[in-house]
Amino acid sequence: MTTETTPERRPAPDRSTGGAAPAAPTAGRPGTWWRAALRHRLFWPVLALLLLLILNVFFTHSFFSIRLQQGHLYGSLISILLFGAPLILVALGMTLVIATGGIDLSVGAVVAISGALACLYISKESDQNSLTGMLVAVALSLGLGLVLGIWNGLLVARIGIQPIVATLILMVAGRGVAQLITSGQIITINSSPYGRIGGGYLLTLPFSILIVAAVVALLVTLTRRTALGLMVESVGGNAEASRLVGINARRIKVMVYMFCALCAAIAGLMISSNVSAADGNNAGLWIELDAILAVVIGGTSLTGGRFYIGGTVVGALIIQTLTTTIYTIGVPTQSTLVFKAVVVICVCLMQSPAFRQKVFSRRRRGPDRPAGVAPAGQPDVEPRLEVQA
Amino acid sequence: MSTVDTVANGQSRSPARQGLLRALRDRRLPVLLTAVLLLIMYGFGASRYQYENFLDPQVVYQLFVDNGYLLVAAIGATFVILTGGIDLSIGSVIGFTSMLTAALMTKAHLPLPLVALIALAAGSAGGFLMGYVIHTFQIQPFIVTLAGLFLFRGLCLVINKESISINNGLMTTLADTHVPVPAGWLSLGAVLAVGALAVAIYVLHYTRFGRRVYAIGGSEQSALLMGVPVGRTKIAVYTISGFCSALAGLLFVLYIQSGDPLHAVGLELDAIAAVVIGGTLLTGGSGYVLGTLLGVLMLGLTKTLISFEGTLSSWYSRIAIGVLLLLFILMQRLLSALQRLVRK
Amino acid sequence: MAQQQPVLEMTGISKEFPGVRALSDVDFRLFPGEIHALLGENGAGKSTLIKVLTGVYDQDAGSVTLDGQPVRITSPLQAQKAGISTVYQEVNLCPNLSVAENILLGREPVRGTKIRWKQMRREAAELVARVGLQLDVAAPLGNYPLAIQQLVAIVRAVGVTAVADGAVPTGTATEEAGQTEVAAVAERQGARAQVLILDEPTSSLDRGEVEQLFSVMRRLKAEGVAILFVSHFLDQIYEICDRMTILRNGRLVGEYPVRELDQMRLVQLMIGRDLGDLEELTEHIRPAVGEPVIQAQGVGRVGAIAPFDLDIHAGEVVGLAGLLGSGRTELARLLFGADPPDSGHVLIDGRPVALRRPAAAIHHSIAYCSENRRTEGLVPELTVRDNVILALQAARGWIRPLPGNQRDELVDRYIKALDIRPANPDLPVSSLSGGNQQKVLLARWLITQPRLMILDEPTRGIDVGAKAEIQKLVVSLSEDGMAVLYISAELEEVLRLSHTIGVLRDRKLVAQIRNDAGVTAGRIMETIASGASPDGAQS
Repeated sequence: MTTETTPERRPAPDRSTGGAAPAAPTAGRPGTWWRAALRHRLFWPVLALLLLLILNVFFTHSFFSIRLQQGHLYGSLISILLFGAPLILVALGMTLVIATGGIDLSVGAVVAISGALACLYISKESDQNSLTGMLVAVALSLGLGLVLGIWNGLLVARIGIQPIVATLILMVAGRGVAQLITSGQIITINSSPYGRIGGGYLLTLPFSILIVAAVVALLVTLTRRTALGLMVESVGGNAEASRLVGINARRIKVMVYMFCALCAAIAGLMISSNVSAADGNNAGLWIELDAILAVVIGGTSLTGGRFYIGGTVVGALIIQTLTTTIYTIGVPTQSTLVFKAVVVICVCLMQSPAFRQKVFSRRRRGPDRPAGVAPAGQPDVEPRLEVQA
Repeated sequence: MSTVDTVANGQSRSPARQGLLRALRDRRLPVLLTAVLLLIMYGFGASRYQYENFLDPQVVYQLFVDNGYLLVAAIGATFVILTGGIDLSIGSVIGFTSMLTAALMTKAHLPLPLVALIALAAGSAGGFLMGYVIHTFQIQPFIVTLAGLFLFRGLCLVINKESISINNGLMTTLADTHVPVPAGWLSLGAVLAVGALAVAIYVLHYTRFGRRVYAIGGSEQSALLMGVPVGRTKIAVYTISGFCSALAGLLFVLYIQSGDPLHAVGLELDAIAAVVIGGTLLTGGSGYVLGTLLGVLMLGLTKTLISFEGTLSSWYSRIAIGVLLLLFILMQRLLSALQRLVRK
Repeated sequence: MAQQQPVLEMTGISKEFPGVRALSDVDFRLFPGEIHALLGENGAGKSTLIKVLTGVYDQDAGSVTLDGQPVRITSPLQAQKAGISTVYQEVNLCPNLSVAENILLGREPVRGTKIRWKQMRREAAELVARVGLQLDVAAPLGNYPLAIQQLVAIVRAVGVTAVADGAVPTGTATEEAGQTEVAAVAERQGARAQVLILDEPTSSLDRGEVEQLFSVMRRLKAEGVAILFVSHFLDQIYEICDRMTILRNGRLVGEYPVRELDQMRLVQLMIGRDLGDLEELTEHIRPAVGEPVIQAQGVGRVGAIAPFDLDIHAGEVVGLAGLLGSGRTELARLLFGADPPDSGHVLIDGRPVALRRPAAAIHHSIAYCSENRRTEGLVPELTVRDNVILALQAARGWIRPLPGNQRDELVDRYIKALDIRPANPDLPVSSLSGGNQQKVLLARWLITQPRLMILDEPTRGIDVGAKAEIQKLVVSLSEDGMAVLYISAELEEVLRLSHTIGVLRDRKLVAQIRNDAGVTAGRIMETIASGASPDGAQS
C-alpha cells in the first residue's frame, strides 16, 4: 500500500478554520454560531444524515413516530439503530485502529468466528436456555476475539508487517476457521437468553442499542478520560515524535487491535443472536468495508491521527439509513451497493486535498507553492522550456 | 551481537558471507522457494494418493483448467501490486462481467464475440476510471477500488437479482473444446490464461512499460525524477487490471456457463494471496508474473489435495490459503532480517 | 579551460516564502570544467537556490541563463532535459532495478517494443567503465553500498556527456568496441548534461568512497562538465573545488577562488558576524557548576559520531559548536537514546545506565528538543495543550491521566511563563508561528522537570524576540541547577550562553573549551577550521 511510501506528513494549513477546528472558541460573538456550526467537523455528516431521514418522511409518513408497545419502543428510527448496531460497534473499533495509521480487514472474519463459537457452545449444551451456558459462550467468544486481536496486533506491532497485509491473513483464513467451527453448516440454536443479546429489550429499548451505548460510553471514557486517546492520536499523527517522547507505540497498537477485535466479536454475537444461528460464510460479510467507510465519513483520516467517535457513529448511521431509505423509497434494494459506491467516491473526493484544489481554487503553480511541499503530484505535466526573447 | 568491529570497515566481509548475501538478496529467491514448496506439496500428494490417479498428468492440467480465471485475475493484480497499489475490485468486476455477458446473450441476444468485446471494454473502462481517480486526486487505491468493489457488485444486482444461465450453442462448444496436450488436455479457458501469462511476461520483462511499472514500485518519487510518466503508467496499470478481471470474468462464464450476481465474491483476496505467495512484495517493485503462476498453482493444488483427501471439507482450503499467506509474509520478513544480519 | 563564458548564470535571484525571505538578490555563476562549492549554514539559502535551479521552485525575481540563453526552468524534468542534472544525498534511483536499468531507464535500447537486454547491459557496463567503475550491471542497485549508488546516479545524470561534447565517432571505423555503445546511448538520449549538481553526496560516505567519487568528479571536470558541489566537509571543499560561492541568511556573501580563501576566513564568512561584536558578548558568562549529571565515556556510533567523552554538570550549559553536518545532532541523539550508541557507556550521577530508547533517557530525567520541530517534535493535528503534556503523560502511562484541573493549570502556567501566543491551549499547534511552536516544545519538556535538557537549534527559524526569550530562559534554567546541552549554528549564541564549548568537526568532538575570559569567537573558529584543539582537549 502507498501509506508506507508517503513522504513526511504535511502539516495542516496555518488556519484554525480547517475541518477539525473546535467550535467553542468562536462562540460568544452573536451571529457567528451558525458559522461555527458550519465549520464543525460533524456538520456535513450530520446534515447528510438529517437529509436522508427527512427524505424518508415523504415516503413513510410515520417515519419519525415512535410508539410504545407492550413496554417496547418501536419505530423506524429505532429499527435503524437496531439494525445498525453491529456496524456501529465494528466501526468504533476500526476508528482506533485507523487513528494509529493502521487498518483491520479481519473484522468480518472475527464477526463470523465469534458468532460461530458461541452458537456451537450453546448448541452442545443440554439445556440451551441455561443462563450460565449462555454466559460461558459469550465469554468464550469474547476471549477468542481478544486472542485474534492480539494476533493482529503482534503481526503489526512486533513483526512489523503492514497492517493491510497482516490483517489480510486473518481475513482470508478467518472465514475458513468460522466454517470449521460450524462444520460448514449453519448452526441454529434455540436459546432465549442468547436471543436477548440481539433481540431482547431492557427499559423499553432494544438490548443491542444499549450494548452499543455502553461500548460508546466505555470507549469515550477509555480514550478521553485516560490518556489512551491522546497516545493513539500521537502515534498516528507523528510516529517519530511519539517515539521521542517515550510513548510505547507497540503496546498502544496491540491494544487498539485487541479492542477492534473485541468490538467485532460483540457484533458477531449480536448478529448471530438476532437470527439465532451462526453462518460462517455470510455473517459479517463486507462489514469491514462498511466500517472503514463509516470511519472515513465520520472525519477520521485513513492516514491516522485525530479520531472522532461521534463522527464514526454518525457515519455508521448514515450507511444504515441509506440502506433503509433505499428500501422505503422503493428503489430496488439491489442498488444499495451502487449508492454506497457513489457515497464512498463523493466522500473521498471531498476529503482529497488534490480534488479541492482542482475544483475550488485557481490553477496556479509555482510561485505560490509553499515551502516544504515536495514537487510530486503533477508528473504528467509536459515540461516547458520557455525561452524568453 | 558484537557488530562494532566488523561494521567499522565495509571491506572486512568474507567471500562466503558475500556469497550468502548475494543469494539472500537474489530477487528470484522467493519465487524459487514457492516452486520448491509447490514441488514438495505435489510430491506429498503423489506419494499419498498414488493409487487415486494423482500421478496422472491430467491432474496438473486440471489445475490450469480449474484456475484459469484466477490466473488471469492474478496477473492483473500483479501489475497493480508491482506499482505498490492494490485492486479490491477484481472479484466484483468478474461477477459483473459474468452477469453482463449472460444478460446480453440471453436477453439482448447479441452474438458472443460482440458480447465479449463489450465486456472487456467495460472492465477496462472501470479500471481506467479507478486509476484516473487514484492518480489525479491522490486518493488511496484501497478506498477507490473499494468503491469499485461496491459499484460493480451493485451493478451485478441491478442487472438481475437472480442467476442467469446461458444456453448458447457457441458457448457450449467453446466450453467443451478440449485442446490436446501431451498426455492430457486443456480447456480453451486454460489455454487463453496461459496465453495471457505469456503476454504479461513479455510486457513486464521485455518492454519499457514493464520497466516503468517496476520503477514506480521501487520508488515513485525517484521514478518521477527519472522522467517516468508516473501518472500515465499508474492509470494504465489499473486499466490492465480491469481488463484482466473482465477477461477472467469471461473465462469464468465459460467455466461455469452462467451469470450470477454473487459469482466470485472475495476472489480479489485469492488473487492477492496468489500474488503474495508467488513472491511479489505488496510494497511493490519486486516480483515476477511467473511467481504469480506458481502462487495460483499453489492455491489450486491446495484445493486439489483437500478434495483428494476426501474427509476434509472445502473450508480447509481457506485456512490453508491463510496459513500459506502467513508463511510467505513471514518468510519475506525473515529474508530481509537475514540480509541485515549478514550485511553487518 | 578557465576563462570562457559561464555555462550557467543566475542573476538577482530572490525567493520569498510566507514570512521568510529565503533568497534576496543572489548571483551565481558556473563555468564549464569547474567544480564549484556552494557554502552556507542552515537557512543560508543553499537548498532554495538549488531548488530554483532545478525547477522545484520558481524564483520571485531574477533571471537564469544557460549557455547564454535566458531560460525559465519550471520542473525537475525540464531542468534535466535542459542539461541540468542533480544527484541528491538520498539517491533518487530505484533500488529494486538493476544498475543497467537505472542508468538507462527511459532510454533503453529497443527493437520494436522489445528491450534488447544484452545490448542494454553492454551499454551500461561501458558507461560505468568510463567513470572507472567495475560493476555487475545486471545486479539490483540496492545490492551496492550507498557510495556506488551515488556514482551510478552520477553516471545516469551525465552518462554520455563527454561523447555528446565531442568524442562522438564521426563515422570512421577507428572506435573501440565500447565507443559504439556509448554513441548509441547518446543518440537515444538526445539531451546532454552540462551542469551537474551534487547535493551533499559525501555525507554518508567513508574516506575510500569519497576518493572514488572525487576521481569520477575529476574525470567529468576534465570532460568539461560544470559541477556544483555541496558538502559540509571543508577539507573536501579544499581538496576538490576550484571556486566557491558563500551564502548567509539568504544573501550572497561572495564568490571566491578556493586558493585565495583560507579555512579560517571561510568559517568567518559562513557563520560569523563581525568578530568584534562577538568578543564583547563573552563577558556575560557566569561560573559556578555543580556535580556532573551525566558522563559519557567513549560513547559513539559508527557512521554518526566518533566515540567521545563528555561531562555535563548540574547548572552547566555545554554549548556545541561546529558546522552543519559536523555531528552536533548525532551526539545529542546518542545521549537521549534516540539512536542507540554502539560503543561506550553513560553514567548518570556516577551510576552506569543504558540509554537505548528515548523512554529510558526520559526515565532518567533527560529531555531532548529536536531541531526538526515538524517531523520529530510536534504532532501537528493535536492541540497546544495535548502537545505540551505529551511527554509528561507518556512518562505517567496511559492509565494515569493527568487530572484535568492539574493539567490545565500546568499548561496555563507554562503558556504564561513562556509567553506562548495566542494563549489558547485549544488551538491546533500547527496554527502557531515557528517561535511559538518551539516554545510549545520547550514547555513539553520543562513540564517533565528534567535534570538535563538537550536543545538542538532551539532558536533556528524563529523571530528575534522569541529568540532572546529562549536564550534568557536557558540562562535562568541553568541558574536553577539544570544541566543544558545547547546546540546552535550561531557561534554568537553558543559563546553567550555556554560555560563549556564542545567543538565538533567531521563527526568528531575535537575539543572542549572552558568559556572563560580568554575565549574568543576567533579561537573557536580556528578550532572548527583546523580541527586541532588549541590547548588539548579538556573536560
